[in-house]
Amino acid sequence: MNENVFRGRIWKCLDNVLVYSILPQKYLFKEMSASLDELKQHVMEDIDPHFAKEALQGKYKMIVAGKNFGGGGKSLEHPVLAIKGLGINVVVADSFSRYFFRNAINNGLPVIACKGITKLADTGDELEVNLRTGEIKNLTRKESTKTSPLPDFIINLISSGGYIEYIRKKLEKEV
Amino acid sequence: MTITEKILASASGKKSTVPNEILNVKIHNVMTMDLLGPSAFKNFRKLGAKKVWNPDRIIMVFDHMVPPPDVRSAELHKASRAAVKEYGIKHFYDVGRQGLCHQIMPEKGYVLPGTVVVGTDAHSTTYGAFGAFATGIGVTDAAAVFATGELWLKVPESLKFDITGELPNMVMSKDVILYLMGKMKLQGRCDYKAMEFSGLAVENMTVSSRMTMCNMVADMGAKNGIIEPDEKTIEYLKARANEPFKIIRSDPDAKYEEVFHEDVSDLEPQVACPHSMDNVKPVTEVEGIAVDQVVLGSCTNGRLEDLEIATRILKNKKINPNVRMLVFPASQEVFTEAIKKGFIETLLKADALICPPSCGPCAGRAMGPLGDSEVAISTTNRNFKGRMGSPNSKIYLSSPSTAAASAITGKITDPRQVR
Repeated sequence: MNENVFRGRIWKCLDNVLVYSILPQKYLFKEMSASLDELKQHVMEDIDPHFAKEALQGKYKMIVAGKNFGGGGKSLEHPVLAIKGLGINVVVADSFSRYFFRNAINNGLPVIACKGITKLADTGDELEVNLRTGEIKNLTRKESTKTSPLPDFIINLISSGGYIEYIRKKLEKEV
Repeated sequence: MTITEKILASASGKKSTVPNEILNVKIHNVMTMDLLGPSAFKNFRKLGAKKVWNPDRIIMVFDHMVPPPDVRSAELHKASRAAVKEYGIKHFYDVGRQGLCHQIMPEKGYVLPGTVVVGTDAHSTTYGAFGAFATGIGVTDAAAVFATGELWLKVPESLKFDITGELPNMVMSKDVILYLMGKMKLQGRCDYKAMEFSGLAVENMTVSSRMTMCNMVADMGAKNGIIEPDEKTIEYLKARANEPFKIIRSDPDAKYEEVFHEDVSDLEPQVACPHSMDNVKPVTEVEGIAVDQVVLGSCTNGRLEDLEIATRILKNKKINPNVRMLVFPASQEVFTEAIKKGFIETLLKADALICPPSCGPCAGRAMGPLGDSEVAISTTNRNFKGRMGSPNSKIYLSSPSTAAASAITGKITDPRQVR
């Protein structure tokens, strides 16, 4: 295993899980820095009230989703940080909203798009995701599929811990 | 290459590029505003940088909470002013000099054709109306731009919208973009794409009308909207641009993922119904729905031509007594011009309330929210449930002409029927 391969049990949701479903609107406008510990406890609570608690206990390490995950046209980064705060290490979706995809990478949360993924896995299955090759194995079903890998630049950003860390290191080198 | 591809290639020092390539792009100007500016600078401080890459290329505009309606907003203004002072930011539009960020950016000459401009607001796509590549960014992106003047961007696939025909009387560019929204849907066909508008109808549009088109591509999930610059663009920028610029156009053999053709000669006024912007119907299907509030303004439709058409419709008339109409000119400059031209006096005589140039109730952060079960018709760009106040209120989105016509009757009204 290397740092581009992730393994873990998944929790699955379907198409159009918008930012408002990842975090109910009343939490979206909270001051982020003050309340991240609180925010993460409410992730997906309208879809599955037990998800956040179980993820925090380590039951799930990945989210599998349908189309337009994190849509809704909001540039806010709370949903990404809240998901990351739960210890989720990869999100695999049919497709992502532009803002969610970008904010996830910028905050060091690996995200990879894979068409048809919701048909290839169910809540509780164990997945192995290789960001560099695009290979996704369902270890429970003993099946695998392949999607476009993440470009090296994006993998570097993620493994630096996000855009802020990436730039910080770059600036340090220049000094 | 398309205009979008050419601008991104040029800004990253490359001869050419293709869709899906990831580029490190040089940013010409970056905009931030009162709501997210403080968070952007908070992230910037985490980088450990002592100074910003170029204090003259960061523009801070106050618009979301002007004047601040509560202490929390006042604190955000205070934090923004402190950052402006600390980093020597010259282009700062505080209360009294403010306007909607997407109006101030082109109006003060910060948006030039052929450049890359980004902002910490989803509707930063507006600047594409000037032939610039423009998109919204998060506060982490903004911090990276503040520090380095660069940003990673994935080159989007381009969709071309060839819009022909002449817009009928009282039908505006807002109706065109609402119509496209209804057809393409909020999230789906246009996700991540560059939406390039061309054709006679677009050529005939004023610069303001083009801004309305590019403004709302953000709500269709697109990365950017763009229109090739022409004489009108150059004329608008002549007195405003303080740097030379280069006109970039799409190559004749540019590759588009798809080209859509629309003839707008028979287009009816369009209305986006609750609670989604793609729930779009011709005005004739929603006529007669009673409204409590009319909002004329926002980065979508608060410019001089928007106030002008409302003035024409409301001249020598009175707003229905069951309705209040809030007018938000897009900037102090637009406000001043509207006074000079007599629009403001006409609107006042019709019983409209003139509010300070700001986002107003559009983002639900400042004045004029809706109460429980109230209904608004608004020229703004979003009508999600609860966006303008109570979660039990309803928002219909329309052009300024439909909004003004509805103010007279107190019901959603076809502006073509106003005598």
